[in-house]
Amino acid sequence: MTSDGASVRTQAEVSSGRRSLATMLLAVARVAILAGLTITLLIVLLLVTGHDAGAALSALARGAFGSWYAITSATLVRMVPLGLAGLAVVVAFRAGILNIGAEGQLLMGASAAGAVFAVLGATNAVLALPLMLLCGMLAGGAWAAIAAFLRQRFGVLEVISTIMLNFVALSLMGWLVRGPLQEPTHIAPQSTSLPVSLHLPTLLPNSQLHVGALVLVMLAIALWWWFRSTASGFRVRAVGANAAAAASAGQINVARTTATAFVLSGALAGLAGSVEYTGVTYALYDSFSPGYGYTAIAVALLAGLHPLGVLATALLFGALEAGASAMQRDAGVPSVVVSVVEASLILAVVAAQQWQSRAVTRAEASA
Amino acid sequence: MIADMSLTSGFLDATVRWATPLAFAALGECVSERAGVINIGLEGAIICGALGATVAAGIAGVGAGFVAGALAGVFIAAIFALFAVWMRADQIITGTAITMLSLGLTGTIYATYYGANGVALSTPTIHPLPIPGLSAIPIVGGALFAQPAITYLLYVLVPVVAWWMARTHAGLALRAVGEHPEAAIAAGIKPRRVQAAAVLFAGATAGLAGATLVLAQAGTFVEGMSAGRGFIAIAIVVLGRWRPWGVAGAALLFGAANALQSLFQAMGWEHIPYQLFLVVPYVLTLVVLAGASGRAAAPAALSRRDIGAS
Repeated sequence: MTSDGASVRTQAEVSSGRRSLATMLLAVARVAILAGLTITLLIVLLLVTGHDAGAALSALARGAFGSWYAITSATLVRMVPLGLAGLAVVVAFRAGILNIGAEGQLLMGASAAGAVFAVLGATNAVLALPLMLLCGMLAGGAWAAIAAFLRQRFGVLEVISTIMLNFVALSLMGWLVRGPLQEPTHIAPQSTSLPVSLHLPTLLPNSQLHVGALVLVMLAIALWWWFRSTASGFRVRAVGANAAAAASAGQINVARTTATAFVLSGALAGLAGSVEYTGVTYALYDSFSPGYGYTAIAVALLAGLHPLGVLATALLFGALEAGASAMQRDAGVPSVVVSVVEASLILAVVAAQQWQSRAVTRAEASA
Repeated sequence: MIADMSLTSGFLDATVRWATPLAFAALGECVSERAGVINIGLEGAIICGALGATVAAGIAGVGAGFVAGALAGVFIAAIFALFAVWMRADQIITGTAITMLSLGLTGTIYATYYGANGVALSTPTIHPLPIPGLSAIPIVGGALFAQPAITYLLYVLVPVVAWWMARTHAGLALRAVGEHPEAAIAAGIKPRRVQAAAVLFAGATAGLAGATLVLAQAGTFVEGMSAGRGFIAIAIVVLGRWRPWGVAGAALLFGAANALQSLFQAMGWEHIPYQLFLVVPYVLTLVVLAGASGRAAAPAALSRRDIGAS
């Protein structure tokens, strides 16, 4: 799958492992370039579709950063599921697993948390909240394990299996909120709302920003450390860079490493779902996730598959999603325009990587 | 007895109707994969084809709708080819981005021009065109030969592609690129050109699949109406073992899985949650992919990125 240039690059990454100040600055520059590119793309799209770009962009800015509420209760609140699911994608892609199933794993995580509430009822939050989050992780991991098993045992391309499982998860949730988990009056297709005692605690006054944000930051740091400083993290990177070499030269059990990374990825996405449920929506319903699991792919790729980079790109996309809602409400621009921008950014990054790896190849050829 | 007959013919008719767009998309993907390119962006080409067909059919009629659907598919496939074939970027990541791009683009265009005003967009549709004689064959006649004309195009396209791939020089070149790119280059074949052509062909058929959804079935455009058919088509190619006739047969199987839904409803099994029927094609895809392993017939150079020369 990897071209010569790409494998040279990833090997360099594997062997270096540490990030100097210069690379950190480079990462900042990278995000700035991406933000600029995002706005440029958006302006072009708005002009092409005949919208008032000025009005739309100011609505976007107001919706994302215009007030305390916008920053803490719109942008940062959306950053949390995008970041957690983004970390899920980072773990999988780093291990060479193309997990497109974060969306389904997220939905299963939320559903599991909802099921825990249905069983326990309004009990002690100290007991119930961790249990809901834990079961969310387990469910997400289990959902990913299906695809991991199909890949390991039957060689089923995980891209296809995870997408199929996304559709199945969506239908499963649709059934749950009309069946076993439906609210007691059986009118609306949604689950019973969580009582206030079972909401994730908020972090700041006058905002909806919940503890999940803290969890995101801690997990990003933990994963960064894991990749950088632990043997198991190194094994995952080595397998992702070159599975054959990892097996022969590194004596690494590729099958086990891959399966572990796949399930861990699913667990992170499942956590994103259960955190969103206990921290934001408090109920399950059909459109529970506006495609967070798909946007997470862009979040991860744009972060260069770096856990700390995910914090920056999740913030960028959180702002974009928050702004898009305001843009739709105040300027009549369909919010789905954001996914065009996201996809274009993925393509831009992919193209940039190709140029880069070609340059490396050329430089080596001439050396 | 009469009720049974109409139930059976209704089921078979629904099978072929569901299978038609799947077969179009999968036939194109089959050609593309034989050239070594796996195109996850097929889903995007289908949804673009659907919107292109909707717009054009509203202006200039059904025929223009099909042409525009195919062209829209080619357009989006050209973007895929630019990145995945010309630049040799990762095919899977590029394809995923192309699908996201298409879903967003069609959603934006639809909401901007039609959705915002609450205009329900309805297009002319083509009606079944029974072939005299053939359509009178008991049981299968109606299902196979009383379909919209676009289905008959498939009856022509499948044997033509099968013959072209197996018997012509160009077909051999295509397979050589997908199996032994180095040998193909040595023989003077330009892999990038062959692959780009194959990808564009797949774009056209996927666009036709989208046009079929609108013009022969739904009669309107709905955001995300491709509903995973592009991904299912990729599974169909695997089940059909990368052969046009196999692909056609596999598409019928998936058509039947979809048709079960209406069959069960007609049989009054309404106490079963309808979501259970919705997931049948997706679960079937997983089962088929798992079952198809071990009988590997995938092109040897599928998704390889280190193929040189233009």
